[in-house]
Amino acid sequence: MNASTSAARTKSNAERKTIRAERLKLLRRNKAFLVGALILGFWLLIAVFGSIIAPHPYDAMDFMAVSKKPSGTYWFGTNKLGQDVYSRVLAGTQLIVWMSFTATALGTIVGGTLGLAAGYFKGWFDIILMRILEAISAIPVLIVALLAIAALDGQSSSITVGVIGFVFAPNIARTVRAAVLSEAELEYVAAARLRAERTPHILFKEILPNVLPPIIVEFTVRLGYAIFAIATLSFLGAGVEAGSPNWGSQISENWAYIFSNIWWPTLFPAAAIASLAVSVNLISDGLLEVFEV
Amino acid sequence: MKKYILNRLGLSVVTMFIVATIVFFLTRILPGNVARRYLGRSATEEDLVKFNAKFGLDEPLFTQFYSWLGDLLTGDLGTSMAFNKPASELLLPAIGYSSRLALMSFLIIVPLSIAGGIVAAMYRGKLVDRILTVGGLSAAVIPEFVWAVTLILVFGVILGVLPVTAFPTRGDPTFFAQMEHLILPSTALLLVLFGYIARITRASVIEALESDYMRTAVLKGLSRRRAVVAHVLRNALLPSIAVIASQVPYLVGGLVTVEIVFNYPGFGTILRDAVGGRDYAVLQSGVMLTSLVIVLFQLAADILFAVLNPRIRSRITE
Repeated sequence: MNASTSAARTKSNAERKTIRAERLKLLRRNKAFLVGALILGFWLLIAVFGSIIAPHPYDAMDFMAVSKKPSGTYWFGTNKLGQDVYSRVLAGTQLIVWMSFTATALGTIVGGTLGLAAGYFKGWFDIILMRILEAISAIPVLIVALLAIAALDGQSSSITVGVIGFVFAPNIARTVRAAVLSEAELEYVAAARLRAERTPHILFKEILPNVLPPIIVEFTVRLGYAIFAIATLSFLGAGVEAGSPNWGSQISENWAYIFSNIWWPTLFPAAAIASLAVSVNLISDGLLEVFEV
Repeated sequence: MKKYILNRLGLSVVTMFIVATIVFFLTRILPGNVARRYLGRSATEEDLVKFNAKFGLDEPLFTQFYSWLGDLLTGDLGTSMAFNKPASELLLPAIGYSSRLALMSFLIIVPLSIAGGIVAAMYRGKLVDRILTVGGLSAAVIPEFVWAVTLILVFGVILGVLPVTAFPTRGDPTFFAQMEHLILPSTALLLVLFGYIARITRASVIEALESDYMRTAVLKGLSRRRAVVAHVLRNALLPSIAVIASQVPYLVGGLVTVEIVFNYPGFGTILRDAVGGRDYAVLQSGVMLTSLVIVLFQLAADILFAVLNPRIRSRITE
């Protein structure tokens, strides 16, 4: 009995490995995915090394060089305070990267756990949880976030990260729950129950590895939304520290000057947001295509 | 059918109750210091007591919750602490303005996105399809404010062809002048929503194109275009309705930012000011009204969906 189940499991592990190899091959051939990965990789490098390559401190003001056009000294020009836009875009990279990744990871852990439990236990727990999740998604993400940030009096990026993470949890929970519902019917789950494995073991060791693909896709999709939401919140001045070089804050501080043709302090962070968001979207699209084959 | 509608209606009421609970307790996570936060550090104990008594904040939290719910149900949206007048006087005109912008955007977004999806499906795999799908979805992940600011830069400043505020300032504007002011804000919303609606329309048109009835229609001698108009659209537009309804929360979220950028006196601007000024009554009632609109749209879409497609009706009621 014991020997045969472990044999069945090694076989399924081998199968899993070939599927994984197959998918990696498909991903390597997916042009959109590769372009996305390249751009995201670039931004991750900037997030890590940005402060080293920045020519000026991001908050240093040079009142002799206010609103200067892009030039050899100031690659992206300077803003109305004489701050180097290039250095500020580099500094902002680190902020948006850590905020969006942490928020999404938090949402995935909370939502994934809830979804696993809801899909496995079903019954009342599932019904009540799904009702609450539906209610949360009846309020636009941006508005829940604004409300929570106002309630917590939070002009801090960590509070924003927490709020976005919790707001995203319902959607992730729903995806995971749907995947678990079909998994829980399969024989290996019944087998694990017969072996009298403990519930956490069944949930996290047996079911979780098999529902990882939808979780990974959902993670990248939510990462895109997190970038969207965090950029927008910082543009609205909610949940960020004053004077922070957040890309959204830079745009909100400088965009009024585009009417005097001072476009560079706005356009460079705007292009940065756009390219980061698009790169994540290309990655999640590529993953979606490959995992659904 | 009646049973299905009643069932959906009941679920919507439950959803609204949960929303109310979340909204109320979220704004009171830190209990007791609404007055302190509102009146500032210099306020005396006496001021705080007076303020709490005036707005009923001295009662137990659950009593406050139920009286707040009761007020909402009778149409009392509370009192704005910042302006010291009924919140409805601030919210209702703002929602009127927002609806106008939302309606205008919807009139642009829905036909264009559906047309985009149909074109992409008919030229599946060709360059047009790639541009529409990849382009549409890439545009969709860029925040509205980035689009708004870029559109203002290009069309308002460089080309100087379109107005950069959403609200005509001078005199008594004609209908067309008002519409002209709404073009850029609507375009910013279009760019974000186009991709999702077009993608679903494309997928369902492709499914319909590959169906048996389509083959029959073509074999019967109908031209491809005639067959698409007569057979495909009817079946393919159903999923689009569901997606359009599911995009309403995003449209509302987008309205908030777009209104602020284009300086439009709508609901988003009110909400931002309420957040900034910690105006809880306006904030709570505003969010409740938003959710109500979203839940009603969802309900309407579900019912419409069921009316148009009996197969789905029976599946949902199970």
